[in-house]
Amino acid sequence: MDRIGASVLTISPGRPFRASLTTFGALVWSGFRRYATYRQATIAGSFTNIVFGFLRCYVLLAVAAGAVGNRPAGYDVEQLATYVWVGQGLLAVTGMWGWAELADRIRTGDIASDLLRPVPPVVSYLAADLGRALHGVLTRFLGPVLVGLLFFPLVTPQRWQTVPLFVLSVLLAVVGCFGCRFLINATAYWLQDARGPQMLWTLGSGVLAGLYFPLRLLPEWLTVTLWVATPLPGLLQTPLDVLVERDPPALQAGLVALQAIWAVLLIWLATVVQRRAERKLVVQGG
Amino acid sequence: MGEIRAYAALAGGKWRSMLSYRASFAAEMLSNVGATVLDVTTVFVLFRATAQIGGFTLAQAILMTGLTAFGFVLADMTVGNIDDLKRYVRTGQLDTMLTRPLPVLPQLVFTDLPLRKLLRLVFGATIYGIALAANDIDWTPARVVLAAVVPVGAAFFFGAIFVLTASFAFWWVESGEIGNGFTYGGRDFTSYPITVYSNWFRDLFAYTLGFGFVSYQPALALLGRTDPLGLPAWAGYVSPLVALPAVAIATAVWRVGIRHYRSTGS
Repeated sequence: MDRIGASVLTISPGRPFRASLTTFGALVWSGFRRYATYRQATIAGSFTNIVFGFLRCYVLLAVAAGAVGNRPAGYDVEQLATYVWVGQGLLAVTGMWGWAELADRIRTGDIASDLLRPVPPVVSYLAADLGRALHGVLTRFLGPVLVGLLFFPLVTPQRWQTVPLFVLSVLLAVVGCFGCRFLINATAYWLQDARGPQMLWTLGSGVLAGLYFPLRLLPEWLTVTLWVATPLPGLLQTPLDVLVERDPPALQAGLVALQAIWAVLLIWLATVVQRRAERKLVVQGG
Repeated sequence: MGEIRAYAALAGGKWRSMLSYRASFAAEMLSNVGATVLDVTTVFVLFRATAQIGGFTLAQAILMTGLTAFGFVLADMTVGNIDDLKRYVRTGQLDTMLTRPLPVLPQLVFTDLPLRKLLRLVFGATIYGIALAANDIDWTPARVVLAAVVPVGAAFFFGAIFVLTASFAFWWVESGEIGNGFTYGGRDFTSYPITVYSNWFRDLFAYTLGFGFVSYQPALALLGRTDPLGLPAWAGYVSPLVALPAVAIATAVWRVGIRHYRSTGS
């Protein structure tokens, strides 16, 4: 094993860290390039995000107009508009919906070739997903945010730590969302077809992540339970609350810490599930 | 007669394939009804923060939401799976349908018999019924007819939008999610009183594209309210007719599209 040349792309504790990092970077770049080829889909997706941005923004602003002090759930008008438009941009960055690649590969048996590679599947898929997210930041994120800026008053962050915290929070949201999707897809190891879990995920993730309305509009006990007991608010609501400075600085940082705990937990779970699955896997297709 | 038997065979095939994946069917049915339940729940959650949205109370808003839900699901059940047209065009599978001696549109509709959406339809109808009861409606014969006709009109309108947006695929195969902006976006638009939207955005969706006549105007007529946006009272009673031009345009675009279609060449 030790005679493997430095040029072999691998990620393992036994190899130099430098080489692992290079490999990881190459995988990220490949994920980026893959999505960069879907140019028309990028335009079509942005258009739809923008239409829904208008719809959601107007409804929430109408709610604000009738709410006590014009602050429903503690957000003012500018915070609400920012919440909606940045949220529409982030939707494609975290890539909440539509990823069934792993489940398809398990069903068809293509997963066998992933297992032959010298990189653990969780790591290689995570790297490719980070590349996809980076592409999302540079393309899909910008459209809705620019349109939002053009048509609505958005907030400018007041605290110095808000922007770095937001960047960190988005990164954690991407990792956390990937962890959730990996776990949903991995049910195919046991079920053959992950369509059922996929559908429940599509149904539940949007509303429980705070896409349809800010979760703070719910009764407080429910909001707190969702935040602590599920990773879902960390996929969208946390970065948005951090950006619009909904909470005092301590809580703002605390929410990101909670998000980090969930992200680590989800990746760990994904690794465990993958290892379990490899032990029982019967590759389809002979 | 032969044609009916052919459609029955197509639908029967779908029925049998569905019966062999019962767990999938149950999951799909649940997530389907769940989506509409969430739409309605969202309205309730928003009204926790305020007594009125766009000048309308919860009961009045739910009348529009229920109407939309009912009409949209009716359309989605019948022609909703035309969304798959993109896939048929991209893969060239549409050729198979063109070689059969049946029109393509009904074939697309009948190859999928979305019984999984049935529960959703029941839910939409129930919400509409509850909303009719919850509002203090002064029932006249005209209003009874209107209440019965409006969901059908909404269904035809949304059906036309489904066909129109799916037809994009004839010219732009990778149109992807653009259609969703008008189908699901249109549904979201008509779920709320259109007074919440402003300026050009409202003009575009409500009056140019016609979504304002799907639930908002008819609901005003049922409630006996004058339109704060200035349309006369009779507008509500004639608004289901907006489905007619919509269906005519959709049919025309579909015909042109089918003629424009050139196979993938594979």
